[in-house]
Amino acid sequence: MSDTAMEPGQGGAAPLPASYDMSEVGDWIALLKPRVMSLVVFSGLVGMLVAPGAGAMHPVLAATAILCIAVASGAAGAINMWYDRDIDAVMRRTAKRPIPDGRIAPGAALGFGITLAVASVTVMWMATNVAAAVVLALSIAFYVFVYTMWLKRRTPQNIVIGGAAGAFPPVIGWAAVTGDVTMVPLILFAIIFFWTPPHFWSLALWAHDDYARAGVPMLPVTNGAKETRRQIVIYAALLLPIGLLPWAVGFAGPAYAAVAAVLGGGFLLRAIFVLRDQQDEDGRSLTRDAPARACFRFSLYYLFILFAALAVDRLVLGS
Amino acid sequence: MTPEERAVFEKRRRGRNIAIMTVLIGLAVLFYFVGMARLLRG
Repeated sequence: MSDTAMEPGQGGAAPLPASYDMSEVGDWIALLKPRVMSLVVFSGLVGMLVAPGAGAMHPVLAATAILCIAVASGAAGAINMWYDRDIDAVMRRTAKRPIPDGRIAPGAALGFGITLAVASVTVMWMATNVAAAVVLALSIAFYVFVYTMWLKRRTPQNIVIGGAAGAFPPVIGWAAVTGDVTMVPLILFAIIFFWTPPHFWSLALWAHDDYARAGVPMLPVTNGAKETRRQIVIYAALLLPIGLLPWAVGFAGPAYAAVAAVLGGGFLLRAIFVLRDQQDEDGRSLTRDAPARACFRFSLYYLFILFAALAVDRLVLGS
Repeated sequence: MTPEERAVFEKRRRGRNIAIMTVLIGLAVLFYFVGMARLLRG
């Protein structure tokens, strides 16, 4: 950071500091969960690109809509960190977050989150239409009230139902262009909805001790690793045909279908490897959950490549 | 507050002020361009 020169002793006022420290800004950005935001923004962008009439949308308004989706995601993340600060403090994975580590006051984080939530919805309304703003507000409310405050600490189905919050972005992107919500964005919603459980349960298998210590009823904690492995396979199997739906309803072409089939098959195979991992009698991995880690990584590639394939199929191949 | 603590505090406050100023200018620019885009779109 640059130093700012100052004139000493002018008028008896307190001297200006010689430089500035932006490390606090990094903490505020960390509250927005930037890694989660990247996938949210990408799926929202694809929802927007594949919507009919996307080419006619003014680029400034399109960029603003994407910015609003990103900021809303960050706002929900900040409010989530404010609410979960007690369990974050006891989980190794989250103990160094700004609130449990004492770098940002809880009330300030809550105010920050609410401000960003209100601003993102208002600007979305201003830049696009009321439908996109309403769905955006709904997605924030769902993540904060339904997932964070209601489900997360109460039921192992927390990320099944709560996963809907992360499935909203393509619907918001679509609505920002068209002003309505039809079958295709709901199919994109369904893809993310059914992708979320095997994605998070793969993570939960190796982060089991963290969740148990924090008392979060993730499936491996409440129903054991064996049942979790079985559920991962079930959801990966369900996801395979759901990933093909855009092609089945005539929205995407055979190129997309081929990519979706390969990705869906690959995800299912990864899930089967998780099921067949070397385990003790309780289903706990004897391989440091190597297949679960691989399944988690693959799930990230799955969503990114599937949505990219849909965008390419529509925009480049013209299906 | 010792002079060292005060210097650290002031550095952090200055950093925060610069960040807030940047965000406010960014918002003003955003509102301008969104308004123009909507006007041009009719």
